[in-house]
Amino acid sequence: MNSSQLLGITTFAYLFSAMLYIALFVFRAKKLGLFATLITVAAFLINTAGIGLRWQESYQAGIGYAPLSNMYESLVFFAWAIAIFYLGLEWKYKNRVLGAFSMPFAFLSMAYASFSPTFGKEIKPLIPALQSNWLIAHVITCFVGYAAFAVACGMGIMYLIKDRKTNGAADSLLASLPELKVIDDIIHKTLVFGFLWLSAGIITGAVWANSAWGTYWSWDPKETWSLITWFVYAATLHARFTRGWGGRRIAWLAVLGFISVIFTYYGVNFLLSGLHSYGGN
Amino acid sequence: MKKTDNMVWRSFASVRLALFTLLILATTSIIGTLIPQKNPPEFYIENFGQRTAQFFQMLDVPDMYNSWWFISLLLLFSINLIVCTIDRLPNVWQMVVMNNLDTDPERLEKMPHRQVFHARGDAATLADTAATLLAKNGWKAQMASKPAGPLLFSQKNAWSRLGVYAVHFSILVIFAGAILGSTLGFKAGVMLPEGRVTDTVYETGTGNPLPLGFTLRCDNFNVSFYADGATPKEFRSDLSVLENGKVTIDKRPIIVNDPLSYKGITFYQSSYEPMQGFNVVITNKATKTSQTFQIPFGQKISWKEGGIDFGVINQEVRSRMGDVNRLKVWFFDGQGEPSIFWMDNNATQTISRPAATYEFEASQVYATGLQVAKDPGVWTVYAGCILMLIGLYVAFFLSHRRIWVYITREEAADRCRILVCGASSKNKIAFEKEFTALVDSFTHDSTFQNA
Repeated sequence: MNSSQLLGITTFAYLFSAMLYIALFVFRAKKLGLFATLITVAAFLINTAGIGLRWQESYQAGIGYAPLSNMYESLVFFAWAIAIFYLGLEWKYKNRVLGAFSMPFAFLSMAYASFSPTFGKEIKPLIPALQSNWLIAHVITCFVGYAAFAVACGMGIMYLIKDRKTNGAADSLLASLPELKVIDDIIHKTLVFGFLWLSAGIITGAVWANSAWGTYWSWDPKETWSLITWFVYAATLHARFTRGWGGRRIAWLAVLGFISVIFTYYGVNFLLSGLHSYGGN
Repeated sequence: MKKTDNMVWRSFASVRLALFTLLILATTSIIGTLIPQKNPPEFYIENFGQRTAQFFQMLDVPDMYNSWWFISLLLLFSINLIVCTIDRLPNVWQMVVMNNLDTDPERLEKMPHRQVFHARGDAATLADTAATLLAKNGWKAQMASKPAGPLLFSQKNAWSRLGVYAVHFSILVIFAGAILGSTLGFKAGVMLPEGRVTDTVYETGTGNPLPLGFTLRCDNFNVSFYADGATPKEFRSDLSVLENGKVTIDKRPIIVNDPLSYKGITFYQSSYEPMQGFNVVITNKATKTSQTFQIPFGQKISWKEGGIDFGVINQEVRSRMGDVNRLKVWFFDGQGEPSIFWMDNNATQTISRPAATYEFEASQVYATGLQVAKDPGVWTVYAGCILMLIGLYVAFFLSHRRIWVYITREEAADRCRILVCGASSKNKIAFEKEFTALVDSFTHDSTFQNA
């Protein structure tokens, strides 16, 4: 058993988990609930083992680094962070329908990592700039934040679906979704959590840049986009805290913010050039 | 005119302006990520055409993050933060330090969370029991006597109301650090060949020479590669600092992510450049004499004391950068035919001559590329960052929670009315639960079950 096999299984386990949650929601098959949770926990554990094994393999290959240093590894960690964040949410809110709007993100991240031909999956030695403990702190803080934003986006979509339908005839399918007030609260709490981690991610990145290049901020496209994302969420939080925005507007902003996250993470690597170009390898 | 009525003041203090500034900053920042920054004017003419390029230059688009209009936006953002803080902080401070035992009983009846029940007994005794119950639930209470009966108050994290201001202030601290760095510091670079010294570095962008105030020497540079032969594993320079002819730092190795700091100036390993030349050490094994040279490519060099002439007459280059893989040496000690041989770079070759045996050690000369930064603002920026994270945590996850218990004597019914009420600055749902649990502990207590 090697790490690629484990991470391959993880992809399908997340797919299975996402499908179970969606079935739970669409067919109101409550009996699937516990099973869905167990599959998700199992998938998360396999994902964890995969990351751990890859770490060990890098040492066996004589390179030895935390598997958080390229596009593939970051996507795997992204899926991991989404899964654990979602499991926490399910445990806190005792509602499994949330999984139908969260776990697909974990699956998509793993699927993209596994099947994309644009970047390699092999364990490659680290170039000197990446040989820093700040790399670990930076990637972890960023992706915990991104995971929260992914779930917030899922919750935003859930809110918009429920809100649109309840305007017309009451749909019994949507009755299984949490009340709008509760979804709104989940979105807000998730955004707040994500914002703290995004801030920490930008800061650890700045400290790292300063120790490698002597500049903590150079308006490189990646840095700039992370700041744009930060501005978007900061505006969202202010709109809510002080102008009382809620409901649809915040739900839309949660979706918009996540688009900005995706562009920061993915778009910058493949569409723009800059210091983070190695992230695309 | 009161400052709070001034229209200009009001608009600078408004959250509407904050939202506007944040969104304008977000959207305008995109420009600089799409249009490459800090390229020479020709680049923009070539890629965007004469007219567009002219338009770009007019609006400072090629260096937009330092342009007057972007700096103005940041300034507007800062003014907004400052005015907003001056406008609101006094009231919030009042909330933090206020004496809640002075709260008007009328207002207690209107608190968002409240519960009323009755109990028999003496008001003072009931107040003591209430204080004990509050303490048991983690609420340390103060008490005051009101005309109608005793009032108890307890609160948690009053100071957490300041969290958001800590975040706002931290942004200003970061800006202050950035201004400090850009006015009193510099970013520069220097290419320093092995064995050479410099007391000047060259400013990034302008190329202006900047004096260091001391002398820097590169003693050695090394690049090592992973087994694949292509991925660099480590760039390492040994640097020495000389001041007034004295060596103050002797051969300190620096690598990427581990720079050398001296008198506020930091040297970062950034790049390297292979040079046309070699470091050579020749050792006569018979006489045990040895001599070090730095020689150019393709030139005859003489070691008079050793009676030797030598030179590098050919080289095999590996990369476009000019890294030498192998070199061809011409070596003559005046007896017989000269030795001509190929050897690897960074290696030692033994030369057997009729009269003696020599060791010939050769390695290509490199220049180390150093980035040089002086940034006296960096610790201010870091302090701002730490303050921001603490502030965000406090602002998001801690709430100012207050509980009052007001016990009033109802003469007619010969019993006391007990009002438990509370308020939380945020996270009302969690507070609701906490409040309900507290009320339950009251209503389940035997002292309060006799009404």
